[in-house]
Amino acid sequence: MIQQAFFAYFAFVITILSLLIVTRKNPVHSVMWMLLLFFHIAGMYLFLNAEFMAAIQVIVYAGGILVLFLFAVLLVNIREELQIGKYIGAAPTSFTFAVGLFVVIVMSLRSFVAAPPGIYSIELIKQETHTKALGKLLYTEFLYPFEVASLILLVAIIGAIVLAKRRLKS
Amino acid sequence: MKYYLLIPFLPLAAFMINILLGKEVLRDKAHWPSILAVVGSWLVTITSVLPQVMAGKIINEDLYTWIVSGTFNVSVGFLIDPLTAVMLVVVTTCASLIHIYAVGYMHGDTGYYRFFAYMSLFTFCMLMLVMGNNFLQLYFGWEGVGLCSYFLIGYYFDKKSAADAGKKAFIVNRFGDFGFGIGVFMIFLTFGTLHYTPVFGNVAGIAGQTVNFLGWNVDLPTLIALLLFCGAVGKSAQVPLHVWLPDAMEGPTPVSALIHAATMVTAGVFLVARCSPIFNLSEVAMNTVAIIGAITMFFAATIAITQNDIKRIIAYSTCSHLGYMFLACGVGAYGAGIFHLYTHAFFKALLFLAAGSVIHAVHTNDIREMGGLKKYLPITYAVFVIAGLSAGGFPGLSGFFSKDEIIWSAYASHSSVGKFVWVLAVAGAFFTPLYTFRLIFLTFHGKHRGAHHGEQGGHHGEHHIHESPKVMTIPLMLLAVGAVAAGWVGIPPILGGGAHFTEFLAPSVGHPEFHGTHAEELGVMALSTGIALFGLGLAAFLYLRKTDLPEKIAKTFSAVYNVLYNKYFIDELYNFTIVRPTVWIAKNVLVAVTDAKIIEGIVNGVPGAIGRFSGKLRRVQTGLAQHYGIMMAAGAVFIIALVLLLR
Amino acid sequence: MVPLSWYMVLGAVVFAIGVFGFLSRKNIIIVFMSIELMLNAVNINLISMSHYIQDLRGQILAFFVIAVAAAEAAIGLAIVIALFRNKATAHVDEVKEMQG
Repeated sequence: MIQQAFFAYFAFVITILSLLIVTRKNPVHSVMWMLLLFFHIAGMYLFLNAEFMAAIQVIVYAGGILVLFLFAVLLVNIREELQIGKYIGAAPTSFTFAVGLFVVIVMSLRSFVAAPPGIYSIELIKQETHTKALGKLLYTEFLYPFEVASLILLVAIIGAIVLAKRRLKS
Repeated sequence: MKYYLLIPFLPLAAFMINILLGKEVLRDKAHWPSILAVVGSWLVTITSVLPQVMAGKIINEDLYTWIVSGTFNVSVGFLIDPLTAVMLVVVTTCASLIHIYAVGYMHGDTGYYRFFAYMSLFTFCMLMLVMGNNFLQLYFGWEGVGLCSYFLIGYYFDKKSAADAGKKAFIVNRFGDFGFGIGVFMIFLTFGTLHYTPVFGNVAGIAGQTVNFLGWNVDLPTLIALLLFCGAVGKSAQVPLHVWLPDAMEGPTPVSALIHAATMVTAGVFLVARCSPIFNLSEVAMNTVAIIGAITMFFAATIAITQNDIKRIIAYSTCSHLGYMFLACGVGAYGAGIFHLYTHAFFKALLFLAAGSVIHAVHTNDIREMGGLKKYLPITYAVFVIAGLSAGGFPGLSGFFSKDEIIWSAYASHSSVGKFVWVLAVAGAFFTPLYTFRLIFLTFHGKHRGAHHGEQGGHHGEHHIHESPKVMTIPLMLLAVGAVAAGWVGIPPILGGGAHFTEFLAPSVGHPEFHGTHAEELGVMALSTGIALFGLGLAAFLYLRKTDLPEKIAKTFSAVYNVLYNKYFIDELYNFTIVRPTVWIAKNVLVAVTDAKIIEGIVNGVPGAIGRFSGKLRRVQTGLAQHYGIMMAAGAVFIIALVLLLR
Repeated sequence: MVPLSWYMVLGAVVFAIGVFGFLSRKNIIIVFMSIELMLNAVNINLISMSHYIQDLRGQILAFFVIAVAAAEAAIGLAIVIALFRNKATAHVDEVKEMQG
């Protein structure tokens, strides 16, 4: 019962915060609501026995990505932003298809079949600690994808620099 | 080492060299590759292939798989049997001499390299035609020589009549080749293969079978034979598709000699002889061949009497002699037909080349503007007379033996139309010397009537007429030797010979059975010879003695004369029944409706519709990323919904 | 015990909200934030499933999603800066060079 209550709280807050993010006129407000959202999602991860993921969620999203967003928001002329409409002309259509997508996804959940349970039972993770279990898996079975992920990040760093730097006047 | 491959491929190499380098590099030396190639082919034929075949060895091998499609399997392969060997000798010998002759005749022409390139290509195609061991390769060569014929008839393409003549030859040949093509299909349908050996090996199995053709039940061998004969009729200028050959004389004279006398036009006879196992099964087809041949022979001979163009007379003579060959094939005497093909190649090529020498000297084709050329062109005159005597069947010369054999075959064969065609053949034997010597007497005897030279002041002008250079006269003399002596290989037993020629050919085309006594044979020979001599005498009487008589006769029998002079109005008939309706349909239906409305409607309408539609469709492309995103989301929704619904 | 389907419905809700935001907002920064929302919705699904079927591989995948999200945010915001420099706007509907 207490589990359901916790879930209900998180689900409710996450939904409300998501809605707030996409509907605020002022992007600074959106970023702030998003910060709150990320903390709630991290809390939900804790609730799912994924401490390491919760930590990552807070560190990478809240600490890294949101800071980037705040930087970008600084570029925007907030005053002008508050004068004009939030949505593009086709927003009703967007809404229709977003709802449609929600409906078909939920409908397709009925045919969801869970895979047979794996070896990482809650007890095992508790015994081994989550971070260690995840780390073992990441550095053995998923070593190559892990390296590829690092390469992607490297490319992203270089790409971001190339895109954002000023053209040198020759 | 397959030496015989050099025979067709040397001329092909010469063609390549000439077409690539002729215009810029070789220029007036363009004849060298062609002549070397064709003489090389001749040497290989004489020294390597002919002795092998005479020793009884038949080469028949597939070298390269050409087409494989399901059960359809055709190779590039070569069959060299006695029939092919004879054709090889004829083609390479005539082609060699004519190539050399052409060096003098075509000297200084702007398209010199083009001429020799096409001549080489023609030689290649002709050799492929006779050497193939399957019908598709035969068809390849067949169309190839037709194409070269078209190129070379229209060689002077800036002259409208030459271009038209080329088109006419090509289009008329379409009619025949259409039938030939269907015939080849029928052979494949019946035998499942196009290679000679299995087809002729299994040919007995189709005797008496019938097949539904255009709703009629027809005898299968008859149908195949007649369809193949369609092609032969077109290519060999037989009635009713003979109309292209006289017009083909628009081409340069060496072309007329090589293609339209000695080799290409005889491909039809070759085809009939090659397919003799099929023809032998059908009496209807055989009789058709014989009658068509006989009619053409008679018909062309009568036209030749009244013509005034030196080359056209010889062209009709060619038609007529081809008729003889078909006549022989039609009564089952393929050997005699091929024998005549062989001797004819020499004396007819000689006639043409000699005529070319005359034209070269006087620059006109009209015999009414010639006359008295004997003293200016002694060599030409001499060879012309030899060729004329040979063509006319003067005893002892080539033409005599082959023509006599045909006439005797017609008389003595078991064919049900044998006697009928024999009568026509004997009548033809009268006309041949008549028109040939009319031509000779009008050209070389009497007084010079050339207006062009006469105007320049009598003898002074005539001195411009001079004998052709040696490069032309030597081939003439060599061919004259052939015209005299080529027939000696086939002297009939009754005259002390051994009939070696027909014996030699027997493995390819069989040996006909004759019934007749020696006395009959001698009688027939005497009759035809007498008639030929009578024709010669009549020609001498009319055109040497009573030179005003021919005109009187023409006036007295003006109706007959006009019919003959206008070639039985066949051209006019075709013009009204085929050409005009075709042109009318082309103009009023195809151009006005099909082309202007339907095709242009489609051609312009489709892009127009696409343009209008895309003009509307491009509005979807707003350039806004989110609109594309909406489409994507919509697509995802529809696809997932579809999957859910169909589950 | 909370059933798995609850988490999945929550994921669907967040995802749909993200889709709506992505497809309808003018401000390019909020469009990017909507993308992050969608990625988070996916992560919720992955981690909850991982928990329920006792397999850590789902979390590994979520880990990679976060890494890619970081890369994507960096690139995306660099594009925003470049866009802002060239066109002096942060509005998606003012960029229509792709118009046919």
